[in-house]
Amino acid sequence: MATTAEQSKGIGESVLRKEDSRFLTGRGRYVDDIKIPGMLHMAVVRSQYAHADITGIDTTAARGMPGVTAVLTGDDLEFLAGVPCGSNPTGDMVQPARPPLAKGRVRHVGEPIAVVIAADRYAARDAADAVVVDYAPLQAVIGLDAALAEGAPRIHEELDSNVGLILTHKTEGIDAAFAKAEVVVKHTIHNQRLIHVPMETRGVVADWNPASDELTVYSSTQIPHFLRTFLAIVCGVSEAKVRAIAPDVGGGFGAKLNTYAEEFIAAAASHKVGAPVKWIEERSEAMLATCHGRAQDAHVELAADSNGKVLGMRAHYVQDYGSYLQLLTPLISQLTMLMAPGAYAIPDVDIKVTNVYTNTVPTDALRGAGRPEATHAIERLMDILAEKVGISRTEVRRRNFPAEWPFTSPIGLAYDSGDYAKTLDKLLELSDDEETFARRRTEAAARGKLLGRGLSTWVEICGFAPSDVTHAIGLTPGGWESSTVRMHPTGKATVITGTSPHGQGHATSWSQIIETELGVPFDDIEVIHGDTAFAPYGLGTYGSRSVAVGGIAVHLAATKVRDKARQVAAQMLEASVDDLDFAGGAFSVKGSPDQRVTIQEVAFRAWQAFDMPEGVTPGLDETVFFDPPNCTFPFGAHGCEVEVDRDTGKVEITGYIAVDDCGNVINPMIVAGQVHGGVAHGIGQALYEGAVYDTEGQLLNGTLVDYGIPSAAEVPHIVTERTVTPSPTNPLGVKGIGEAGTIAATPAVVSAVCDAIGVADLDMPMTPETVWNAMQKGGAA
Amino acid sequence: MKSAVTMTVNGVSRTAQTEPRTLLVHLLREHLNLTGTHVGCDTSNCGACTVWLDGEAVKSCTVLAVQADGHDVTTIEGISENGELHAMQQAFHETHGLQCGFCTPGMVMTAIKLLEHNPSPTDEEIRHGLEGNLCRCTGYENIVAAVRSAAGVAA
Repeated sequence: MATTAEQSKGIGESVLRKEDSRFLTGRGRYVDDIKIPGMLHMAVVRSQYAHADITGIDTTAARGMPGVTAVLTGDDLEFLAGVPCGSNPTGDMVQPARPPLAKGRVRHVGEPIAVVIAADRYAARDAADAVVVDYAPLQAVIGLDAALAEGAPRIHEELDSNVGLILTHKTEGIDAAFAKAEVVVKHTIHNQRLIHVPMETRGVVADWNPASDELTVYSSTQIPHFLRTFLAIVCGVSEAKVRAIAPDVGGGFGAKLNTYAEEFIAAAASHKVGAPVKWIEERSEAMLATCHGRAQDAHVELAADSNGKVLGMRAHYVQDYGSYLQLLTPLISQLTMLMAPGAYAIPDVDIKVTNVYTNTVPTDALRGAGRPEATHAIERLMDILAEKVGISRTEVRRRNFPAEWPFTSPIGLAYDSGDYAKTLDKLLELSDDEETFARRRTEAAARGKLLGRGLSTWVEICGFAPSDVTHAIGLTPGGWESSTVRMHPTGKATVITGTSPHGQGHATSWSQIIETELGVPFDDIEVIHGDTAFAPYGLGTYGSRSVAVGGIAVHLAATKVRDKARQVAAQMLEASVDDLDFAGGAFSVKGSPDQRVTIQEVAFRAWQAFDMPEGVTPGLDETVFFDPPNCTFPFGAHGCEVEVDRDTGKVEITGYIAVDDCGNVINPMIVAGQVHGGVAHGIGQALYEGAVYDTEGQLLNGTLVDYGIPSAAEVPHIVTERTVTPSPTNPLGVKGIGEAGTIAATPAVVSAVCDAIGVADLDMPMTPETVWNAMQKGGAA
Repeated sequence: MKSAVTMTVNGVSRTAQTEPRTLLVHLLREHLNLTGTHVGCDTSNCGACTVWLDGEAVKSCTVLAVQADGHDVTTIEGISENGELHAMQQAFHETHGLQCGFCTPGMVMTAIKLLEHNPSPTDEEIRHGLEGNLCRCTGYENIVAAVRSAAGVAA
């Protein structure tokens, strides 16, 4: 798998990561590793009630404690705007106010009410505990039913009810489809609330220089440029004076695709006290204050003919927004709507999404962001349909895959490319045949184990673009990405990217692109990201967009560098531009390979800049902003095998095969790694994870003791395979892969457990208790 | 009330003034500036803070600095020799056993001790041996491969 120094480290090779050595030796620099002279520490006083009016805040005791510089409430810090939301699907959606520090009313447990600024984190935490908040509790609204109930307490006064937004999409033929259906299947799927749990919590260091009025903010974020823009808007400072830096970031998964109250509060507090302020989120705080994900019910109905060909789909998704809108909260269930029919050519649809507020932590993007919900619902229904019409779960899928490409879904999305049968065929090749599986099933039964297997055939939308489309669906930002490629006089290269990696290995992959495009050796290339002082505006890393948008920007910037270098080389070789070949990092005259100059020599000459061709400017330094013509739609087929213990209901995954197609790949090793992590995340949802609130709005599993993310012992060996169907939407033919595993795994695992115990569906997480109870109610035990 | 604690850290005697409640991980990170040891939870579940105390892997968020007074501590910064990566670090690199890198120091410190106790583990033994260290990026596939590789055990 590894490559040696002599081999190419260009596109398509499993090149080992250049990022690794600092992480392996403890020399990474995450937010909490940053110290600035005079820096103070912030601790946050959070609401203990889910819904209450604040009747008093007594900070007297806290102010007098050792080491305390200030105790600040919503009355002490001025903000020009609330915590921002960048998605308004209908354009006229009312977006409730959300001050960074609560004013008057709190709407979820964990909402920030006050902060303490102190000499160290222990002193800050002690004093935060000494702040006394008086509350007049209001009835908490917890759960979708409570939010929609007649006479439910209203969470936001700006709205008539707890319904925040309704979205619909209906095609003309839907009623006819149901009228002529020979088979109708109907089911409700609960997609439980999840917590992201990147291993690094959030953290901020804000340094507002009182003399220069310059604000530097280090944040554990996926979106440093958005952070700069919103710091300017919310805190009232010129955007030109703000520098936002994402240093090494310890995972995100969508949790850090947000600008949070604490980022604005830390900045304002730094301004107030005239010193740098650090805030590092505690884990139990993260569970209460960082956005959650999923929390959606789907009521789905499929109309089909007797062969299992789906004629129409009716779906009503009910999304729990939580208490407020985060940066992209409204987008998430909108994405569920967009991808509702999944990988299937369903001619007609009638889709409704009802979004409701509850007194819980706001929900937003979590690895997959709306697509796992869509995929899980349609995949469960396809399994149920297969059972109903008496065909296999693979056959029902085959009969509904799009027959012709390019394919336009009933939602109106043009899927860029696909060959869904190919990934399914490969999955079946790698799986036991029916006979072998049946024999193993019998053998397992003799041991008291119920063997089952399941699958999902998934497709997703990623790299949202073009910007005309992101605008049309109500997103504030566009869908483009930027890159600068700079050749130095000594022949080394710097790539500046607008993506903001937090584990994805962009420094490695982008270097591979440059080696291929310019012939500059991989080890001579440095990649800069995550610092608004260096980079042209970049949108960041989320939605599996980095390679198909950001990577293409790198490729195009390199192409521009090469085009300019060709002109300089022509002058140096006294040849015409059209008469030059470029290979192995050198230009040569066609037919005279000895007449050559390397790209490094050209870079030196472009820096010296004498005898330049007419109209060619000095330097080799090009910037590209790339707005793709379409999204990409990666796809695949995942298979899962489980053993269920007949006596306890405990599920063990005994086999997992992921066959994915993300078009061409830059680095197969990194792609496989993304799939591994995604699958583990999806297994977590299927078997272990789920945030539980009581009726008062207290989070019952708000630590890693009770919220179980999978350990190595809970994740199986994962087999990864790929097929290659290039995307026609970009010159490298690449698609996203970051969220694929998560989208695919959850329905595949549920499908397998249902198969093992002989039930149509199971609620997640499929704990031993859930599975055991299902077996008692008529499963195959 | 602060008092002095003295311990050997990565082979060097270090002294710091700490409160009785100061956690070893905070002593290492904030007093000694050894920031390779991370904090990922507040309940001793994640293992990002794993260091060696007298040669055994411990979670340094669950050890008070004063408990380490007079003892020997090794952190991720102390396991490379003469600029060469430890074999386990090299194995993590070669198998792509890390992504965001946050869990990596703790994972490496645990993995080395795992092999000291069981030089030829099965995959299942590796997975159970790493149960106390959480990773959200890799799905553990390549972490297990790294430990297997460092042990010289075939897949």
